Amino acid sequence: MSAELCDLTGAELSAKLAAGETSASDVLASSQRRIDAVEDRVGAFLTRTDQLASERAEELDAYLSTGAPQSPVAGIPVALKDVLTTNGVRTTCGSKILETYVPPYDATAWARLAGAGAVLVGKTNCDEFAMGSSNENSAYGPVRNPWDTDRVPGGSSGGSAAAVAAGEAVWALGTDTGGSVRQPASLCGVVGLKPTYGRISRYGLIAFASSLDTVGTFSRTVRDSASMLQILAGHDPRDATSLDVPVPAYTDGIDGGVAGLRVGVVTEAFGEGVDPGVVASVRAAIDQLEGLGASIGEVELPHAAYALSAYYLIAPSECSSNLARYDGVRYGLRAPGEHADSIEMMFATRGQGFGPEVKRRIMLGTYALSAGYYEAYYGQAQKVRTLVIRNYEAAFERFDILVSPTSPTTAFRIGEKADDPMAMYLNDIFTIPANLGGVPAISIPSGLDDAGLPVGIQLTAPALDEPTLFRAAHALESALSLDLRPPLLQGAG
Amino acid sequence: MAYEAVIGLECHVELSTATKMFCACANVFGAPPNTQTCPVCLGHPGTLPVPNREAIARIIKIGLALNSEIAPHSLFHRKNYFYPDMPKNYQISQYDLPICIGGHLDIEFGDGSTARVGITRVHMEEDTGKSTHGGGSGRIHDATYATLDFNRAGVPLVECVSEPDMRSPEEAAAYLRELRATLESLDVSDVKMEEGSLRCDANISLRATGAEAFGTKVEIKNMNSVRSLERALVYEIERQTKALDAGATIVQETRHWDEDAGSTASMRSKEEAFDYRYFPEPDIPAMEPDAAWIDDIRASLPELPRARRDRYVETLGLKPDVARVLVGDRGSSALFDAAVSLGADAGPAANWITQDVAALRNAGGSEGELTAQHVADVVMLIASGTVSNAGAKQALEASFASGEPVEAAVDRLGLRQVSDTGALGALADEVLAENPDVVQKFRDGKEGVIGFLVGQLMQKAAGAANPKVAQELLRERLQG
Amino acid sequence: MPVEIDIEHVAKLARLDLSDDESARLRTQLAQILEHAARVGEVAAADVPPTASPIPRANVYREDVPEPSLPADEALRNAPERDGDRFRVPRIAETGA
Ligand SMILES: [Mg+2]
Ligand SMILES: [Zn+2]
Repeated sequence: MSAELCDLTGAELSAKLAAGETSASDVLASSQRRIDAVEDRVGAFLTRTDQLASERAEELDAYLSTGAPQSPVAGIPVALKDVLTTNGVRTTCGSKILETYVPPYDATAWARLAGAGAVLVGKTNCDEFAMGSSNENSAYGPVRNPWDTDRVPGGSSGGSAAAVAAGEAVWALGTDTGGSVRQPASLCGVVGLKPTYGRISRYGLIAFASSLDTVGTFSRTVRDSASMLQILAGHDPRDATSLDVPVPAYTDGIDGGVAGLRVGVVTEAFGEGVDPGVVASVRAAIDQLEGLGASIGEVELPHAAYALSAYYLIAPSECSSNLARYDGVRYGLRAPGEHADSIEMMFATRGQGFGPEVKRRIMLGTYALSAGYYEAYYGQAQKVRTLVIRNYEAAFERFDILVSPTSPTTAFRIGEKADDPMAMYLNDIFTIPANLGGVPAISIPSGLDDAGLPVGIQLTAPALDEPTLFRAAHALESALSLDLRPPLLQGAG
Repeated sequence: MAYEAVIGLECHVELSTATKMFCACANVFGAPPNTQTCPVCLGHPGTLPVPNREAIARIIKIGLALNSEIAPHSLFHRKNYFYPDMPKNYQISQYDLPICIGGHLDIEFGDGSTARVGITRVHMEEDTGKSTHGGGSGRIHDATYATLDFNRAGVPLVECVSEPDMRSPEEAAAYLRELRATLESLDVSDVKMEEGSLRCDANISLRATGAEAFGTKVEIKNMNSVRSLERALVYEIERQTKALDAGATIVQETRHWDEDAGSTASMRSKEEAFDYRYFPEPDIPAMEPDAAWIDDIRASLPELPRARRDRYVETLGLKPDVARVLVGDRGSSALFDAAVSLGADAGPAANWITQDVAALRNAGGSEGELTAQHVADVVMLIASGTVSNAGAKQALEASFASGEPVEAAVDRLGLRQVSDTGALGALADEVLAENPDVVQKFRDGKEGVIGFLVGQLMQKAAGAANPKVAQELLRERLQG
Repeated sequence: MPVEIDIEHVAKLARLDLSDDESARLRTQLAQILEHAARVGEVAAADVPPTASPIPRANVYREDVPEPSLPADEALRNAPERDGDRFRVPRIAETGA
């Protein structure tokens, strides 16, 4: 398979479009050809929006031909995780319970991209209601990793990560509650950003855990990630938790380099249970940073070890309440057949509509919030959250950026961890603290391990310091200068 | 055995804001089903609540009127339970950090005695949709399906919880009336019990007179007027008294008041687990109203019913029961205040409003065309002797219907009293001449007969004579 | 310390029909997860305040200005069952809160 328009970065495409060297329709056609070519092996999409996309691209071309100023997003093929609502386009959350659900409104994040001229190519597969780290929890089957189709792409935003890695989309949006953008980005060899909590509106992000959920981006470069955030960031009057603070120009200082930047290496993230190949790759990347003039030190996040425990109380508790609305009354599935009364209808609908992982978390959260247990579980977990935030505050007094592996492992085989929830939950051990602390973090590829699978390095910055995050990540990315083309695409080369 | 009732009330008040609590749908009563909804109030996936500033301002106003402390830090919580008319299957409500903490409401009884009822808390929440039971007889117990209208879902609802300070159905009724009048004066709600914009549940327990400990409490729901609250409590006291006398124990439960049957019935239909699993609403930041906002709201408080009652009695000299009736109806007290400020004497103005005006309104089922000017004119025209009481009543009736000025009605109907001593003097001379025997009686010391002579004069003047002037003229002549 | 969970009660609160199989599996799995999760009690001292939101805000309100609602047809578009302009459900036997 030869490199095509869809393999270019957003910045490259934007330049070509501006120079009149290509059209939005050609870019879209390239992306659609790629989907046709690889989708049966990747399975990234739940819904394709070919017709809408073509109409949109034609409109854009008409607009671009007038020579009017264009946004760097205009004409870029974008995929959306199927937990972000799209007006008139089915949105399933990877769940049977929403198989037929057509939202009457657009998520703010998507509305902003669309307003800037992005072209929606489709809605991507994901773990049901974003609960999972392998994409195996989708009611519509797994997504396969373009680097090895016997392996998972990670999750929960597995479809979005795989789509960008395979060139089916140039950019994608995902959501990150405990690592659901960064971990699949790491496993698929792409760039995944989880910005500061509240930086991007959650309106239209179908809630899993409200105090942790963040819209995140997938791209093949850090610069594209910054361009996307530029459009996405900002206060939304429909989300009371979205931050009402100025949005800096994210690409402006991106080439500033890391000379003098204080980088803290999270020591406990290189210990037991982390693949040697991951450790080696991430260590090598840290050496590169040092070579670029960053000062490297070690830092501990002593309460990170408890963050996973806190997460597995807070997220299920909020989820048990957020998912109560799926009851067969106003939208979505209603269990077929006669029901004696509405209570039985709800029991049956929820019993049939939710998959095992979602049920497990609803049960866990319902129990953790129930009378007599609230203080010991939810209450205590919220205190651990305070401690995690204090850890970050202390760490960011000494360092500008923290680094660690994104995930303890590279992509694992489909089915390998499916029967062991605890083993699966450990995938997110390095990503969860940033969600509890609300701080921004990005995963970029650090290289391939011996098996040829991508490894990701995670960089974390203080709240709202995405500019430093982009600057450091971009410097490292440039120094590493990796050429990451999954074997899937090389085959027909 | 003698028992004492211990009663507390939980009232829900729908605020009459322009929009709902957490979305921009219009907050209107009686619209066609499901025309006042949006993704937010239908609980669609991905939607988020954003609280209505005006609703928060109004609950603070209510809290200030009820002498509550306005919490410096307050949170919304989620109250989790499933119900088909509740779109998210949790209600955004408040738990341990309500906006208004504590407070009290002073109430007054018919005999003028007063009592103070404690307020536990006043908190903000959202209303549910409305279900209609279909099939069978259309009642819940034999319905075969239900239909749902979500227009009401998300309407701002203020819950006001009283202390268990009331000891009789009369006291509970007086509290509810006072609360309604207070809310009405604040202009925050329609407070129409029949439309459900004011709803009231009661908690009631009995204990042996003189005992300290509370008995088992029963919650009663579905009272839709002050009168039905009173009836339900009377019924429940009787039911619990009988049960206790028979040695039975009272079951802690919720009972449903049936207005037609005049009785309460247990609402338990299915063994259900209730555990609301409250936790802080992660979608809504804390509310921390600053002092300036609270001061602004305090400055906007109108005169409250209690202060108004005191002013009527102490400054304007009304009788307490007249003052209470006036203040109990916002329209009446507004009319009264305006009439007084136009120069009417308070006592007569109050009497006209609570009696004749009230009767006209009841009969007409409307406010008619009446203004404060009409009331003031009636009082002043009587005082000046321009019209008799009876004549004024006729004129008022005419003005109520047409809106014409009272004096115009008096003239149009020929009700103006003759006070002209020249014309009346001639008539007085005639009367005396025609009744020499009565004149003699008067002169013999039976002065009471003057009433008869006045009556004769009035007849001659076809009712248009000022009786006071007539009597004076007659007396002058008899004694002269 | 293994956690004993009344799965039936919790499933009732959560309105979830569970098969016997599912209940049995969840009993074991939840106990295992909770045992791990209960570690939060080891570090969170009494003087540590809880944090509900990572980036706390306060006093975020909307002005009381109406915007158009959805037309009834649009509101009902996803309804599993409708009856005119109302949503229809099997009979409501429970009494709510
Ligand atoms: Mg309530
Ligand atoms: Zn609405």
